[in-house]
Amino acid sequence: MMDDLRVLTGKHFMNGDEACAEGALAAGCTFFGGYPITPSTEIAEHLARRLPEVDSVFIQMEDELGSMAAILGASAAGARSMTATSGPGLSLMMENLGLAVMLEIPCVVVDVQRGSPSTGLPTMPGQSDVMQARWGSHGDYEIVAYSPWSAQEMFDLTILAFNIADRYRTPVLILGDEVVGHMIERVVIPPKEQIDHWGRKRPKEPDNGRYEPFKVEDADLVPPMVHAGEGYRVHFTGLTHDERGYPDMSAKTHHQLVTRLVNKIRNNADQIIRTEGYYLDDAQILVVAYGCTARSAQRAVREARQKGIQVGLLRLISLWPFPEALFQELAEKVDTIIVAEMNLGQMSREIQRVTGRPVRGVFHAGGEMIPPESILEAIREAAA
Amino acid sequence: MTAVKVADEHPLDAIIRADRMPHIWCPGCGIGIVMRCYAQAILDSQVPVDQHVVISGIGCSGRVAGYMNIDSYHTTHGRAIPFALGMKLAKPELMTTVFSGDGDLVAIGGNHLIHAARRNVDINVICVNNFNYGMTGGQVGPTTPQGARGTTAPYGNPELPFNLPYLLSASGANFVARWTTIHVRQIREDILYAFTRPGFTFIEVLAPCPVGFGKLNNIEDGLEEMELYRQRCVRVRDGDVRGDDLNIDLREDKPIYVGRFADRDRPPYEPVKVEVK
Repeated sequence: MMDDLRVLTGKHFMNGDEACAEGALAAGCTFFGGYPITPSTEIAEHLARRLPEVDSVFIQMEDELGSMAAILGASAAGARSMTATSGPGLSLMMENLGLAVMLEIPCVVVDVQRGSPSTGLPTMPGQSDVMQARWGSHGDYEIVAYSPWSAQEMFDLTILAFNIADRYRTPVLILGDEVVGHMIERVVIPPKEQIDHWGRKRPKEPDNGRYEPFKVEDADLVPPMVHAGEGYRVHFTGLTHDERGYPDMSAKTHHQLVTRLVNKIRNNADQIIRTEGYYLDDAQILVVAYGCTARSAQRAVREARQKGIQVGLLRLISLWPFPEALFQELAEKVDTIIVAEMNLGQMSREIQRVTGRPVRGVFHAGGEMIPPESILEAIREAAA
Repeated sequence: MTAVKVADEHPLDAIIRADRMPHIWCPGCGIGIVMRCYAQAILDSQVPVDQHVVISGIGCSGRVAGYMNIDSYHTTHGRAIPFALGMKLAKPELMTTVFSGDGDLVAIGGNHLIHAARRNVDINVICVNNFNYGMTGGQVGPTTPQGARGTTAPYGNPELPFNLPYLLSASGANFVARWTTIHVRQIREDILYAFTRPGFTFIEVLAPCPVGFGKLNNIEDGLEEMELYRQRCVRVRDGDVRGDDLNIDLREDKPIYVGRFADRDRPPYEPVKVEVK
C-alpha cells in the first residue's frame, strides 16, 4: 500500500512544483525541511500533505538556514532528504551547502528561480541564480545542477538528482524557474520498478573500531558513507580533515582534501552531465538554452529551419558540471554561438570561456519568458 | 624526588578520542569539566553508547564533538540545533545531544534555539556559557553582563544580556537547568536526567574562560572564578524563573541562581503521521 502511495504510476495533469514533489516521493525521499517562498511553495505544500501518508517527515523550519541544516542532519542519519526554495532562500542556504560539500552529505536543493536580485519579482520567472548555484558558497568546490524545462522533467530530474547526490555524496541542485514550476502539463509517472534507485555506497562491517570514514579506495574518489548510529563512531567536521575525519590544520591535507572533493565531480562529469541536441548535425549556427527558455529556443530554431537556416539547438539539461568537451567540439563546427537566457549573461560567460569564442546573447533580466521571436531574430541576424 | 607517575588508563578512555589529545582548551577553561560530565553521563545512561550522537557548532565548546568517541558532527556556526533536529527526526532511536557554547547557540543560532524549544523537539542541549567568544579572543556576546569588558567592548559592554533559563522556559523547553563548573555532580545527574526526558532539554553551565573573559574583567584565573561561583551560587526552588534576578554579574556581589528552572511535560514534537484508507 505504501509503495503504491509513493509512486503514483499513471498519467497526470499537474504543475512543475507538484511534479517535483512527486519525483521526490518516487525517489524515496523521507525527509523534507523547508520554508515557504514563492514560487516554490507548492512543493512544500504538496509534500506537507503527501509525506505523512508514506511514513515520512515533513517539517516547516524557522528559516532557510535551519532548513538546509536539517536536511543535512537527516541525510547523515540515512534519509534521502530535500528542501525547496527560491533565490533569497538559496542565498541563506549557501553556508550549509558548503558544509554538505565538505562533509560529503548527499541532499537535493530545489531552487524555483524568480526575478532577482534581492526580493525582485517573487511571482515571475528568472534564471539569474545559475552562477550563485555554481559559486555561491565560499571556497573551491564543484556542484551538480540540473535545469528542467517541463513539469515532466521536474519529476524526472528530481529522481536523477537524488541518485546523483547519493552516488557521489554531493548536494545536487534543481534549478527550475517560475514558469516550469507553475505550468500545468501532462506528467507521466512510470511503474515503480522502472524508477532508478542507485543508493549510497556503504561500508562493510566495522573491522576493529578503527574505521576511516573518509578513506577512498575506489577510482571514483567517493568514500563509502557511514550513517549516524551504526557503531562506527565517526567524526564529521567542516574543518579540513584527514581520512579518519579528524581535523588536520595542514596545507598538505587541505590541498589533498579539496582537490579530491573537486575531482570527485570533475572526473565523473561524463556520468553526471545531461544535454539534448536538436538539428545539430549540419548546424552553422548554434543556439544554447536551458530551462523554460529552451522551449522558446526550440520553436525559434524549428521556424528558422523551415526558412532554410542551418541552425541547431543545444539544450543544457545539466548546467553544472559544465560540458566543456562538448562545447569545444561544437565550437569547431559552427560559425556562430547564440545563448538565450533569462539573465544578463551568466552561462554565456562560461561558454565564452570554454570555447574562446564571442557569444551572441539573447538576454532578459527576468520577469517574463524570452519569446521565440527574439531568438529567431538573433538567428536571422547571424544568418544574414 | 619522587618519580612522576603516568596513568596508563583513564576512566573515560572508551568514550574519548585519546588520540586527539592534547585538546585546544586553555589552562583554567571550564569546557573540559562539562565534557567530562557529559561523557560520564553517557556511560551511566541506559542508552547504548553507539546510539548517542553529539552535534556541535563552532567555537571552543564546539570542539567537544571532535573529542568524543561517539558518532559526532561538528557543523556550522549556529546551526547545530537544526542539524540535530533533522538527525533525530530521521532516526528517532538516536540520543541526540547538542554540545556548544553561548555565542554559537544564543547569538548566531538564537532563532533555532527558541524554535526548537517551542517545538519541544526531543533533543538535549548542553550550553557552556563563558560570557564571551573565547575562540576568537574575548569579544562580547549576548550573554556578556552589562559593563563587562571584551575586546569589542573596551569601555564595557553597553548591552543587556539574555537570561537563558528565563528565555528557554518561556520558549517552551520541557527541562531547563543552570549549573556552574563547580557543580560536577549536578551537571552529570541533570544530563542523565535529560536523557530520560522527552522533549527539548536545556542545561546551561557557567564556565570560566580566564584567557578570553577573565583577564579583561579582573578575574585572576579559572580557580578564582570557580571560587566566585562557590561563594555566590544560590539554588532556586524547582520551577523558579524570577526574571531579572537570574541575570549574572560576576563583577558585583550578586547571587548566581542555579538549579532546575523548568521540568514539565509539554508534548514533544512528533512528525505528522496519516493513516491512508
